[in-house]
Amino acid sequence: MRSTPSAGAHHGRRRGGRAPGPLRRALGRHWYAWAMVAPVLVVIGVLIGWPLLRGVYLSLTDATEANVGRTIGVNVIPASYEFVGLDNYLDILTSSLFWDKLTWTVIWTVSCVGLHYGLGLGLAMLLHRRMRFRSVYRMLLILPWAIPGFVAAFIWRYLFNSDFGVINAMLKAAGLGAVGWLDDPTTAKLAVIAVNVWVGVPFMMVALLGGLQAIPADLYEAAAVDGATPWQRFRHITLPMLRPVSATVVLLGTIWTFNMFPVIFLITRGGPGSDTEILVTYAFREAFTGVRNYSGSAAWGVIILALLIVLASVYRRALRKQGEVW
Amino acid sequence: MRQALSAVTMVAALALAVSACGGGGGTTSSAAPSSAAPADPTQISGEITWWDTVRPDSEGPTFQKLIKEFEAKYPKIKVKYVNVPSDQAQNQFQTAAQAGTGAPDVIRSEVAWTSQFAELGYLQPLDGTRAVDNEADYLPGPLSSTKYNGKTWAVPQVTDTLALLYNKRLLKEAGHDEAPKTMAELKQTALDVKAKAGANGLALNVDGYFLLPFIYGEGGDLLDVQNKKVVVNSPQNVKAMTELQDLITSGAAAKPALQDSYANAMTALKDGKTAMIYNGPWSLSEVYQGKEFKDKENLGIAPVPAGSAKAGAPTGGWNLAVYAGSKNIEASYEFLRFMSSSTSLATVSSELGLLPTRSSSFDDPRVKANRDVAVFKPILDTAVPRPWIPEGGQLFQPLLEAFQGLVGGAKPEETLSKTEQQFQQVMKAWS
Repeated sequence: MRSTPSAGAHHGRRRGGRAPGPLRRALGRHWYAWAMVAPVLVVIGVLIGWPLLRGVYLSLTDATEANVGRTIGVNVIPASYEFVGLDNYLDILTSSLFWDKLTWTVIWTVSCVGLHYGLGLGLAMLLHRRMRFRSVYRMLLILPWAIPGFVAAFIWRYLFNSDFGVINAMLKAAGLGAVGWLDDPTTAKLAVIAVNVWVGVPFMMVALLGGLQAIPADLYEAAAVDGATPWQRFRHITLPMLRPVSATVVLLGTIWTFNMFPVIFLITRGGPGSDTEILVTYAFREAFTGVRNYSGSAAWGVIILALLIVLASVYRRALRKQGEVW
Repeated sequence: MRQALSAVTMVAALALAVSACGGGGGTTSSAAPSSAAPADPTQISGEITWWDTVRPDSEGPTFQKLIKEFEAKYPKIKVKYVNVPSDQAQNQFQTAAQAGTGAPDVIRSEVAWTSQFAELGYLQPLDGTRAVDNEADYLPGPLSSTKYNGKTWAVPQVTDTLALLYNKRLLKEAGHDEAPKTMAELKQTALDVKAKAGANGLALNVDGYFLLPFIYGEGGDLLDVQNKKVVVNSPQNVKAMTELQDLITSGAAAKPALQDSYANAMTALKDGKTAMIYNGPWSLSEVYQGKEFKDKENLGIAPVPAGSAKAGAPTGGWNLAVYAGSKNIEASYEFLRFMSSSTSLATVSSELGLLPTRSSSFDDPRVKANRDVAVFKPILDTAVPRPWIPEGGQLFQPLLEAFQGLVGGAKPEETLSKTEQQFQQVMKAWS
């Protein structure tokens, strides 16, 4: 999605500059490249393009599980859903529920990504030093990333259990009272953020560690000769040199966290009430509980996609202003 | 190259032919009037998949034993047993049924789901088929849950209701020989247990279905079906919620966890950490696995404590239904007939303590010998019937949120007015 506009722009420029002749010549010369790309294009079209278009179309109708047409055995039910234009979008955007969920989703994303990046960078700096058992530490720290999301969620859900959970058992052993971690909106929010940080830090750590290792050592040596303090070296060498990696992982992390379904759904089911529900889990609830509301949930999905596209393009523009191209 | 191409086209043509055959076969078998019973039902052949929703470790073996008996009686039918967790079966069945692939031939459907599945066109109508046998023998409550729009969509398998399960030893230590009969007694008994027996009095399960005894107890209800009105925000219900909240704030009931509270309450009862819980007959086989109930006699089962109006337990239960898109409809009918026969129901009931849906099964000596069924029968007879409407299953999420809010300290009036709004979104045509 992100690369399409720029690719289109390049084509436009080329096409505008010359006659269509060269294009055909290029096609003739590089036909094997096109032939190799074609299967990928077809697969992407089938797997992403078609469902996307279908989703956008559904979001403009009032389709639910009850009124889409189907024939199952002897039961024939004709389709009776209608085109309703932007009604679904209006309903969503004028509801306070959407704005509540959006606010929490933004808080959730910003705090998670902030902690991911901060902790990931700290750990990466630690592991970048020469020390004993370095590879063992790296292995251990990457472990949370290797565990499937739903397994991690179930383990944490057990740890948070207010009557029989490990965390409360430790609190009790230390003479403190038990906390109903998932029962109160505030602690439940802290709990899901904690789990997501645990799940997401390893990736940041590994990515940033790779970035750190790519920084030439002589920069630091030169800075040290000039009398730069460790903080100055970090600020003026490490951070700027890490920027290409950081820019990418922060954007990826933002998109992943924004759409982080399993952690929230499996740990709190969106509860208590619907306090920890982010936009994606709410869209899921629309789509998969009771009589499924296909159109409503498609509209939620399109809105989420639109939000992320806007976010990505703003972010990209901001980076380009700072002289970064990726 | 050309050879390869022709091979591809041939395969494609073959696939097309095969799929066309499959489709044709399917329609003929389903269109065949099933009232014309096959000459010898035991000669019906096919493989059917059954989605069961019972607890696989404690209840599953009994059902698998029944399947073996069925396969022995119908040697040409194979039954594939799939256990789907009860909280996921509805969702998974809807997904599979709508997609048209992966749905089972027979589904164990909760009573509240049946009319919704029927309305969505996922179920095979069973009127006049061999699946339905001697309807007059069924208890009226469970039987009514299989009807929707004047047709029969399922056969009743087990029925259930809620009761107060208690640890006799702990109650005795607290100075009570009998189970509490009213809400006031419940609170007092629970507080006594807490003070004298070193355990919690009552453990609550935060779940919509488990809110119903409190609501019915005060004479409240959720819907007025005759006048098509949502009546969840009534003075009776406010009173019920206030009393329930008082149980928690007074310490009679331990403050329940909002997640996993069912498992927590069960564990607490099994380990003797709480004296009383509300639960249904389906939980008994699991309760008896607990260390406190190695001696089954230590478990007391009593009607739910009465509110100011009555002792009102809700009715629940499970039906067996046939997926309309099943390729083996006739075999599925025979399976339903077998599983809902008086003897099969008696087997399930006597071994697991689940409540049968046929009155003749209650007369079976094996069932009569089961103490738990004997205790539950009178509770069942006074249980409050629920309206079997397609939306019924969707009312539990708002109820759950109301219960959660209550535990979190929300005011009953405000909670219920929010619940009313949510109900009205589901029951759009009602006032």
